[in-house]
Amino acid sequence: MKYLDEFNDPELAGRLFDEIARVTTRRWAIMEVCGGQTHSIIRNGIDQLLPDRIELIHGPGCPVCVTPLGVIDKALEIASRPDVIFCSFGDMLRVPGSGRDLFQVKSLGGDVRIVYSPLDAVQLAEQHPDRQVVFFAIGFETTAPANAMAVHLAAQRGLTNFSVLVSHVLVPPAISAIASSPVSRVDGFLAAGHVCSVMGTWQYGPLVEQYGLPIVVTGFEPLDVLDGIRRVVVQLEAGEARLENAYARVVSDAGNEPAQRMIDDVFEVCDRQWRGIGMIPASGWRLSSRYAAFDAELRFGVDGIDTPESSVCRAGEVLQGLIKPNECEAFGTTCTPRNPLGATMVSSEGACAAYYQYRRLDTVPVSIGVG
Amino acid sequence: MNVTDAQPDSAPDFENWSCPLPLRSHDRVVIGHGGGGKLSAELIEHLFLPAFGRVEGAEMHDAATLTLTGSAGGRLAFSTDSYVVRPLFFPGGCIGDLAVNGTINDVAMSGAVPIALSAGFIVEEGLELATLGTVAERMGDAARAAGVPIVTGDTKVVDAGLADGLYVNTAGVGVIPEGVDIRPSRATPGDVVIVSGPIGLHGVAVMSQREGLEFGTEIRSDSAALHGLVAAMLAACADVHVLRDPTRGGLAASLCEIAASACVGVEYDEASLPVPAEVAAACSFLGLDPMHIANEGKLVAFVAAADVDDVMAAMLSHEHGREARVVGRVVDGHPGVVVARTRLGATRVVDLPLGEQLPRIC
Repeated sequence: MKYLDEFNDPELAGRLFDEIARVTTRRWAIMEVCGGQTHSIIRNGIDQLLPDRIELIHGPGCPVCVTPLGVIDKALEIASRPDVIFCSFGDMLRVPGSGRDLFQVKSLGGDVRIVYSPLDAVQLAEQHPDRQVVFFAIGFETTAPANAMAVHLAAQRGLTNFSVLVSHVLVPPAISAIASSPVSRVDGFLAAGHVCSVMGTWQYGPLVEQYGLPIVVTGFEPLDVLDGIRRVVVQLEAGEARLENAYARVVSDAGNEPAQRMIDDVFEVCDRQWRGIGMIPASGWRLSSRYAAFDAELRFGVDGIDTPESSVCRAGEVLQGLIKPNECEAFGTTCTPRNPLGATMVSSEGACAAYYQYRRLDTVPVSIGVG
Repeated sequence: MNVTDAQPDSAPDFENWSCPLPLRSHDRVVIGHGGGGKLSAELIEHLFLPAFGRVEGAEMHDAATLTLTGSAGGRLAFSTDSYVVRPLFFPGGCIGDLAVNGTINDVAMSGAVPIALSAGFIVEEGLELATLGTVAERMGDAARAAGVPIVTGDTKVVDAGLADGLYVNTAGVGVIPEGVDIRPSRATPGDVVIVSGPIGLHGVAVMSQREGLEFGTEIRSDSAALHGLVAAMLAACADVHVLRDPTRGGLAASLCEIAASACVGVEYDEASLPVPAEVAAACSFLGLDPMHIANEGKLVAFVAAADVDDVMAAMLSHEHGREARVVGRVVDGHPGVVVARTRLGATRVVDLPLGEQLPRIC
């Protein structure tokens, strides 16, 4: 609770803004990798108050947005089955698959439940031995330990009615993909603090060396984000590229080692499709073969579903930082959170949704009313 | 596991990054249609109003205003609301007192003095009579405390499994005093926006009870009847422009609806918002916005700048307005749009929530 006030302090923020303005002499493009950081930046208006020469590029770090269409379709198929209780984090319910979302499956009688922890789903499985309980295990490294723990516990307790639909994604391969792209304009990265609280910082040193770009592990409150930006700019202005930890109150170099062991036990690295982006090799986790009995794809025979994505919106360019959300022709007109053209408009962590929610006035003639 | 060694063999296809086509509409009711946000508004605008027919000159408000003709004259405020809260009992209240206070508040937001309520029950077969009895007692207690009798009612029983135990509907009627004209379209540039006390308590109390979440201290619903507070405000200044109780959709939805109705811009300062520390913590934990969380014992008032001191004095000396605060103002710019000034001094647009509030993943 204390942290909420202290890390929002307007006076301290003012000093950081001044310091950033003082050290900035050139144009720099900095990517915040995590959707939670995008949300904080836009919600607090941090980007409006930075010097014009600092551009923030919103990265592909919203797990809801990047979960591939094929996986959503698998979820919809499983959740529609009468014997299934389908459990998910809340904001996955509105993500469109092919023609419908989980809310609509629920409205047709599917037993779809929002849970706050995968362990709640394990408990549901114990309470309903006559039903199949499936947990939608998505997210970055942050959600992986609890998801792994759920599978581990289910195995330990011999639950035969619990399974997981896994679509985990990993930050370092995404940074690699962006940094090595010929069209990337990114000069430095804010790494996702909560991912690093699990994984530590050791994965990022090799990326700094390989691409020669500064990476600063950064938190989520306004002062955290500003301190991360300041550190990246100081490095860039000095011509340096180092790994720094600006979130040391939460993140250690080694990370949470018991959590990493749990992940290692349950998951294995795999190639992964990113919605709106495409295949990034070795960028995800799937259940390791030891735990195949808990794989919902196999249990419900949906592993054959492979939905191709149609290309309509410009989310890909947004995720690369080639355009801002409000530079897309569809933004705020044919594409809104009510009728999203792409996944980045769906989750409140998505760059387009964050812009729509908080920055519409900059771009849309003011005629917005109810509905 | 060593993901840093797992560099991509080939760069992803940046040229063809794409997003899939979305869902453009619903052909069935989804849970968000009842959330008090955009989906609810669309249901009213595109389904109910065309079917019922619009009443000329009527405004979308918490209660309808009925003008009596003939020798009696006068104006009545008339409102109804259904209560489907789960669990039935939560810290600070239950479905019964909520149903009484909520409808009294809907009537009071026209400035009316509530005079009578109806109560309709849809009861699930198998509900313990003791539970129904407790709810009824709480309703009676709340009605007596408010001085507004429940004068008519109805009971239906449905098959087991159909009604979460119990649904309650209440309707209320009240008399609007002479000279009082409170409706959303009266919001005028220069008006000051007042909130009667801490926001977000009811929604967080119910959610934490329902989901078994604990936040260190018990958060209690703010369920309360506000007609006494409204009467005190009107005694201090009869020309209150707008009143609204920010229930579903929270304060954000109320401000957005008022801005749209009056076609004015509304601005508020985040630093002035009365958000209790435990609500802020719960919202931060769940990825929710206190501005979108339901209240059941708060009102937002729009009054002319010249009347603010009188209205605030009346509120501060009333038990339900002791923590009232000025939070914003009506402006000439951005008609129909609500803008927040962040603590850091930037601005952002505040929107109606779409439907249900969804906890964010991280």
